[in-house]
Amino acid sequence: MARYAAFFDTLGLRDWCDADKVDAPVSMAQLLAQAQGGDAAVDAPGLPFPSLDTLHEACARIGQTRDLTEGLENGFLAIRSELKFVLDPITQPLSWMLDGTLFVFESAPWWAMMPALLLLTWLVSRSRSVTWFVAFVLLFFAFIDHYEVAMQTLAIVFVCTGISVLFGVPIGIGMSKSDTAQRSIVPLLDLLQTLPTFVYLIPLIFLFSVTESKLYGIAIILYAIVPVIRLTDLGIRLVDRDVIEAANAFGLTAWQKLMRVELPLAMPNIMAGVNQTIMMSLAMVVIASLVSAPGLGVLVLRGIRALDLGVGIVAGLGIVLLAVVLDRVSKAALNRVDTRAKTK
Amino acid sequence: MTPKVAIRGLYKIFGADDKAMVPLVQGGMDKSTLLSAHRHVLGLCDINVDMQAGEITVIMGLSGSGKSTLIRHLNRLIDPTAGEILVDGTDVMALDAAQLRSMRQKRMSMVFQKFALLPHKTVLENAQLPLSVQGADAATQDAEGRKWLARVGLDGFEGRYPAQLSGGMQQRVGIARALTANTDIMLMDEAFSALDPLIRTDMQNLLLELQKELQKTIIFITHDLDEALKLADHLVILKDGAVVQQGEPQGILLHPADPYIEDFVSDINRARVLRVRSVMRPLQGEQFNGDVDANSNLEEMIAKSDGDTSHIYRVTENGETVGQLDMKDLVKALVPRLSGTHAAN
Repeated sequence: MARYAAFFDTLGLRDWCDADKVDAPVSMAQLLAQAQGGDAAVDAPGLPFPSLDTLHEACARIGQTRDLTEGLENGFLAIRSELKFVLDPITQPLSWMLDGTLFVFESAPWWAMMPALLLLTWLVSRSRSVTWFVAFVLLFFAFIDHYEVAMQTLAIVFVCTGISVLFGVPIGIGMSKSDTAQRSIVPLLDLLQTLPTFVYLIPLIFLFSVTESKLYGIAIILYAIVPVIRLTDLGIRLVDRDVIEAANAFGLTAWQKLMRVELPLAMPNIMAGVNQTIMMSLAMVVIASLVSAPGLGVLVLRGIRALDLGVGIVAGLGIVLLAVVLDRVSKAALNRVDTRAKTK
Repeated sequence: MTPKVAIRGLYKIFGADDKAMVPLVQGGMDKSTLLSAHRHVLGLCDINVDMQAGEITVIMGLSGSGKSTLIRHLNRLIDPTAGEILVDGTDVMALDAAQLRSMRQKRMSMVFQKFALLPHKTVLENAQLPLSVQGADAATQDAEGRKWLARVGLDGFEGRYPAQLSGGMQQRVGIARALTANTDIMLMDEAFSALDPLIRTDMQNLLLELQKELQKTIIFITHDLDEALKLADHLVILKDGAVVQQGEPQGILLHPADPYIEDFVSDINRARVLRVRSVMRPLQGEQFNGDVDANSNLEEMIAKSDGDTSHIYRVTENGETVGQLDMKDLVKALVPRLSGTHAAN
């Protein structure tokens, strides 16, 4: 029942429409019905919206929506090898870094690793209570035999946060210096933040092998880099205009201004961004374990797959605990940066 | 004498097509017409000021008069729409980026209304900033920074952070920072306006004391007439982006050029501001009630004469007789002349 057939007939396009008629692939309605395990509803009464699928029924020359999605897929597949050729070598160091860090975190004995992490905590936070808290959490993980997976997760978070900061801060600086750059990058950041994670996992799986660690590395970084970029941009834009004017009046070069005035004064905001980046990369760990990332996420996944309630909940709470630890440590570091700028 | 800094025919118009508006303004279009008909704001209009070396030039005006815009033209924090800014005869507009930076580092330093210190640096590091920007060695930086901090009365505070100091002390750091740059020109943008009245007086005295010793060319912006009269060697009064009157402050006080200035100066304590040299006459008589210094102010004279208007004093300056002061003239000078009486004179 082609409702818009008469329309094409009046326009005298019937011959054009019926030329080289082929069997339609599938309409969107059929595709959805397939996914839900039912049959497509045949021709609801009333006037359907003249969508691609409806018009296709009337005139075979007009493509279906399914053609659009297939075209997109074919287009991607067509450039896939070229894309892979370019992206593979560029992203290879990420695999090495992830594998190397994972190796260190896994193979270092607990009696060396724990003091090292506590020392790091102390150096970053200079807070006795935070260090005690971290010690307690580490011992707890070890006590319930989750030490190794926790270390794997921590290793992944460290590498991904490090790379996010490495790229995010310069991008944020660039954005703060140019309104054009800001206008063009902000929509991209919005996209990265709102696009369902699985959506960019799909092309990544096409591009890289699931066994490669950079696959989940890229997924985590794309998601987690956003806040550090945003807050670096914001932080530099919020630097007191009077101080910037003074820097100009005393003849500071652009580089001196950046290093001596803008970055130090934006540091509290940048650190808040780093804190958010850490939290978001931790949030991605479970999804990343779908594509072979090791760590606590694997246990959560196992809990879902095998309906192993206990394992899932313990691992899930473990992630929360890790998140709290990382949050407290980075907040303590932020406070340290913040108070030095004001009063002691 | 060629001026240290000269501003010639300076215009600043804010808006998208500012250059095209200059002929209109030169043709006599006023601020409100320019805004309503062309959507451009007239910031500064035909400014011509000479600033002599070793003098304090005070630019005064109410808020919105364009005084802060004007001072920012001198080191090109703001670029003019038209006109010239000559520093030691060279046009600042002709400088490229590197030359401009070098001029800001070595020729002109600036003190800001809101201090604009680096909050994450200590007082000493703030004072050293101009030298560290120029790449001076650590020992020089340290010595110069400490020297000027001590000179503005801040020894012992080197290791503190700006937020730990009071406003007055923070501005002392601001002044020390400007002095460390060792420039011969100092720009002071409402430097004391954010301070309490008592501290402001302290800082004015500090500035005058430093100036006696250092003989810098200071361009000082203020909205406070008392402050302007106290500090100025040359006073420029701005209104709506144009110079209304400029000259020696005592002269402006005694001979205001238009009703706006008359209004302005009418609330001033003239006895404290006016000095004997401004109201004395050439020497005529021979009988005097005593000798007075040409630089005493009228308040001191009233105290000295005990209010007796029949007294006549001989005026001396550096030991030489320069004129005589009739107390009747002094009393007349205390009353601000209004336009009406001015015409009758």
